[in-house]
Amino acid sequence: MAATRAAVPETSPSRTSGGLTKTERPVLTGSQIVCRALEDEGVDTVFGYPGGAVIPLYDALPAAGFHHVLVRFEQWAALAAEGYARATGKPGVCLATSGPGATNLVTGLADAMLDSVPIVAITGQVIQPLIGRDAFQEVDITGITLPVTKHNYLVNRIQDLAPTFKEAFHLATSGRPGPVLIDIPKTLFLQKHEYDYPETVYRRGYQPTSVPNMRQVRLAAEAIKKARKPLIMAGHGIMLSGATDLFRTFVEKSGIPVAFTLLGLGTFPESHPLGLGLMGMHGHKHVNDALDECDLLINIGARFDDRATGQVSGFAQNAFVVHVDIDPAEIGKNVRTDVPVVGDAGEVLKLLIPEIEETRRDDWMAWIDSRRDRALDEALEERPAWPEPYTIVKSIAEATNGEAIVTTDVGQHQMWAAQHYGFNHPDRWITSGGLGTMGFGLPSAIGAKIGRPDLEVWAVIGDGGFQMSSNELATAVQENLDLNIAIINNGYLGMVRQWQDLFHAKNYSEVKIGAPNFEKLAEAYGITGITVRCDEEIRPAIDRARSIPGPVLIDFVIEPEANVWPIVPPGAANSGMLHQQRYEG
Amino acid sequence: MKNRRTLSVLVEDHPGVLNRVVSLLRRRSFNIDSITVGHSEQPGVSRMTIVVIGQDEEVEQAGKQLYKLMEVLKVVDVTSLNCVAHELALIKVAAKSQTRSEILQIAQIYDARVVDASPTTLLIEATGPETHIDGLLNMLKAFGIRELVRTGPVAMMRGSATVGVKESARAERELAVAGNGTTPHAN
Repeated sequence: MAATRAAVPETSPSRTSGGLTKTERPVLTGSQIVCRALEDEGVDTVFGYPGGAVIPLYDALPAAGFHHVLVRFEQWAALAAEGYARATGKPGVCLATSGPGATNLVTGLADAMLDSVPIVAITGQVIQPLIGRDAFQEVDITGITLPVTKHNYLVNRIQDLAPTFKEAFHLATSGRPGPVLIDIPKTLFLQKHEYDYPETVYRRGYQPTSVPNMRQVRLAAEAIKKARKPLIMAGHGIMLSGATDLFRTFVEKSGIPVAFTLLGLGTFPESHPLGLGLMGMHGHKHVNDALDECDLLINIGARFDDRATGQVSGFAQNAFVVHVDIDPAEIGKNVRTDVPVVGDAGEVLKLLIPEIEETRRDDWMAWIDSRRDRALDEALEERPAWPEPYTIVKSIAEATNGEAIVTTDVGQHQMWAAQHYGFNHPDRWITSGGLGTMGFGLPSAIGAKIGRPDLEVWAVIGDGGFQMSSNELATAVQENLDLNIAIINNGYLGMVRQWQDLFHAKNYSEVKIGAPNFEKLAEAYGITGITVRCDEEIRPAIDRARSIPGPVLIDFVIEPEANVWPIVPPGAANSGMLHQQRYEG
Repeated sequence: MKNRRTLSVLVEDHPGVLNRVVSLLRRRSFNIDSITVGHSEQPGVSRMTIVVIGQDEEVEQAGKQLYKLMEVLKVVDVTSLNCVAHELALIKVAAKSQTRSEILQIAQIYDARVVDASPTTLLIEATGPETHIDGLLNMLKAFGIRELVRTGPVAMMRGSATVGVKESARAERELAVAGNGTTPHAN
């Protein structure tokens, strides 16, 4: 990455500009102010796409001290920024022009909003005299993104530009993280102003509670002491708080088993006896059974999403509910709560750990273990001729020792990966949980690889989702990213087909999806493509992909009508889950 | 059971704040009965009085969601507090020479003022609790109401208690949050 600093007048003595005397403040253009602000925030990568309203900003980019990744579609810029943020824990930054550039970001912002991912999005706006006049490439992007951002700004004065960036980064990364958008009229990029980046932010109406009320923590500890069959529901908040070490201490000391939400995977090792696995719609049988049976449910950093809870009236009916969340609005929103603890997961655990006793819960663990469904494992012992999706996922995990970052798209392959990869490390599982955005897999893998070049990255994607964002192969090639793409190709929009199979009398309406020859497509992009059609080829293909530098695509042609088991039918309680009737694969 | 609840909301006086508040209530399916906005006693702070219809826990959720807006400084449900909640109505009522004096008498009973007149109408200004305005309208209905505008209530607590924000809003906010969080909900 270019280490060149922005052209800063010599009067500036140091990088820290806050509190500089008047003569020390450099006079910069709006474009340079944006670049300097990003540098002062420690941004090393921006995912973007130029256009009319941001041409002056792009004029300043070559001199800026960060790397710009040219994506092929703005929607994937937002999701690449999300992949970057989730892999690094730092805010992701994306950049687009006004009008269509800005509207293309919307899906990515909504995705980051629902999964609480810190993103700062910068959009150009038409020149100020034209705002409100339906100018060329004008849209009211602050109006459009109101419901899908934590906060957004239309900057109207050059002197507000630097303070807006300071506040935007603070809002995106603090409290419950989320996307923040800054809309900047083209006029401002061209004006000049002294650069003085504030050191602190004060916003009267934004004071997130991170340290919990000790009284509530003690109530939670008391509930743990009384419980005979307690269960933890681990959510994304633990990861966002950077509290996985504290969480492990808490779990091991309390002896309470852990059920994971989709985004909670990786908060605690699944290889540990107390790490049970995925809960909810496609959760493991013993996990959902434990939810039904538990007398205490401790939700840490999850929002009781409907895909995790199933029908709420039938969810954890016997349980006393403790809910730890940094967002008070999540308490009681979906599920009745007996002890709310408002605070940052790490801060709560710090106070909670000394309040609890070291406990072993052998009877309860034995009960949960007795509920395991071993049918799949038994069936897989007789390996089928075709590449079985479970085997593909497990082979990637084995080959990479479970240490690779895995990104996914949305659908069957996502659930297969969530169920069977076996996540043992934090920040290695990047998936679109709340919004369920198809096309997520490849751009988020690009962002993740750029953020964590030291880690191996695998994008596990369906053939449908891949065709939504396959244009980003060009970005991966241009950036020469060493990432591996596993397409789980069944020739169907598989999850929709599965629902049509199970709940709509096999009326396969518009789910048969054709595709190009993926191996040849890879070759067209100048990268290696591998096609896998039988079980024995799975591991060699994975090993080969790992040995080739640069992007590699593997097309795993699987059985077209393989289903994800188990499944909780839509609208049913988790206890009503359907299990595989026979080994079909 | 659905109730009408009156929220007194203090917000930073920035462009677009009303849009943010209304958009939030709409997208989370809260039903707004009325909303009034104006300056408060503090420069830079506006006061909104929002009447929402919903179950108690829905209204509590609305308050918590409102707190998530950066511009919202304080939300207080004043419905069950001892407060004055008055609205203003302007009523243009049909008035012929034969009916004019009767209308004036009715207006007097309701402490309403006549602020304009024409050969065929009287323009009456009334303030008071919503039930008071409803009563006046009920009496005037027979004469023919040509035009009506009502502001929706503005509310203030009786006695020396106030709904305000100090320069540091933090302590009050946390208190409000802790109080809210302890109410159990059904979905």
